[in-house]
Amino acid sequence: MRTPTGDDVAAGAVLPELTIDLTPTLVVSTALATMDFTPVHHDVEGARAQGSKDIFLNILTTMGLVERYVTDWTGPEAIIRRIDVRLGVPAYAGDRLSLTGTVVAREGPDVTAEVRGRVSLGDHATAVVTFTFP
Amino acid sequence: MTGTGTNAGESAAESAAKSAAKSAAKSAAKSAAESADEELRELADKQAALGEVRGTPAADPVNAPMIRHWLDAMGDANPAYLDRGVAPPAMAQVWTMQGVRPRGGKDGTPVDDVLTALEARGYTGVVATNCEQTYHRYARLGERLTPATRFAGLAGPKRTALGEGYFATWNVTWYADGDEPVAEMMFRVLKFRPRTRAAAAPAERREPYPLRPAVNGDTAFFWEGVRRGELRIQSCAGCGRLRHPPGPICPHCRSADRSYVTAAGDGTVYSYVVHHHPPVPGRPTPFAVAVVELPEGVRIVGNVVDCPPGEVRIGMAVRVTYRAMDDELTLPLWAPRES
Repeated sequence: MRTPTGDDVAAGAVLPELTIDLTPTLVVSTALATMDFTPVHHDVEGARAQGSKDIFLNILTTMGLVERYVTDWTGPEAIIRRIDVRLGVPAYAGDRLSLTGTVVAREGPDVTAEVRGRVSLGDHATAVVTFTFP
Repeated sequence: MTGTGTNAGESAAESAAKSAAKSAAKSAAKSAAESADEELRELADKQAALGEVRGTPAADPVNAPMIRHWLDAMGDANPAYLDRGVAPPAMAQVWTMQGVRPRGGKDGTPVDDVLTALEARGYTGVVATNCEQTYHRYARLGERLTPATRFAGLAGPKRTALGEGYFATWNVTWYADGDEPVAEMMFRVLKFRPRTRAAAAPAERREPYPLRPAVNGDTAFFWEGVRRGELRIQSCAGCGRLRHPPGPICPHCRSADRSYVTAAGDGTVYSYVVHHHPPVPGRPTPFAVAVVELPEGVRIVGNVVDCPPGEVRIGMAVRVTYRAMDDELTLPLWAPRES
């Protein structure tokens, strides 16, 4: 994990893309780690009975992956202040989540980045993440 | 609408039936939709007025094993959290999630009643649309968080790609021991009327019938009856008189107490019209719409089926029949007694 140099984090900076294979193991293990036992996140038959094609990521995991994506880049010094996520299409098991991001504003220690999480069906999440460097 | 009668009496009856049916249908549909919307708004205002309602404290204090498990599942290698004895901020909600089996206690929130009311009105689908979290600081190992929920508002009805629905918004604040807020969340969901029933074999799904009745607190009993193959007529619990279409207040004694009786299902055509033009979505023209008089004493408007529209006559004996219009909607219709 890199050490942040705040000067790298200027408006226009592009975060390296992160792709995550949404294996059933990832979908289920994150659902359990977030204490979300709703059947659509671990029970394939249950998910299909509700009209979904498979189990899919829960929202807490989407928040967690967006957080991870940003801190993978900033390193451990950054403090996450705010994560706003607009949710789009479901991220089904078997799909691949591709996270991309751009720094859109920098004011002193406050940095704002836009993050997009795409799957094969379209945008799963469109996020704005605000963080600071101490 | 075009009349098919041959003498002046029939034409007059048709004309009367036409305008009566038209205005009754119009005002029933309008008032039904409006009163359903009003009821939801009132409930939403009431729940919002409750302000912030505290929930049950987390089962466990912020702890290293749950953090480690979470980081492992997310693939998050950030050492900052465990090194500094704090939790990843996106875990805020995790600490107060219910387990596989709810623990009991005062887990109800002001949001529950609104979601239940939306479900009762047919908005059974749910999809989250927005989640915004603000972290005042990272929660520390050993702190036990307590959630507090505030219902923020209801917007709708709106047409969406998933179906018509309402957006419900609420806020949760997590407090550390004492009254210090650690994190806040704004959460918005769309509660929608699913366009099609989730089915294992989508190929067998029928096209949704485009004309949906308005189901609300006044009419829900009627549509529940239709689902069970019963023709329910509203009755006044005060004076006992029957009335149709259903409404909130007895027009005779002004009582708001109401009940219903189950009609036998027989009737006679009191009046009718045959609709030729303009086209109506989901229904080939021409078709007959009748005002059917029930022996129970009320009249009810419905389509006449199993009979060429030109053969419908005033005084004709009919019997109710229930037709599934699509995978979700059943309508009561009228068929000639003989058939």
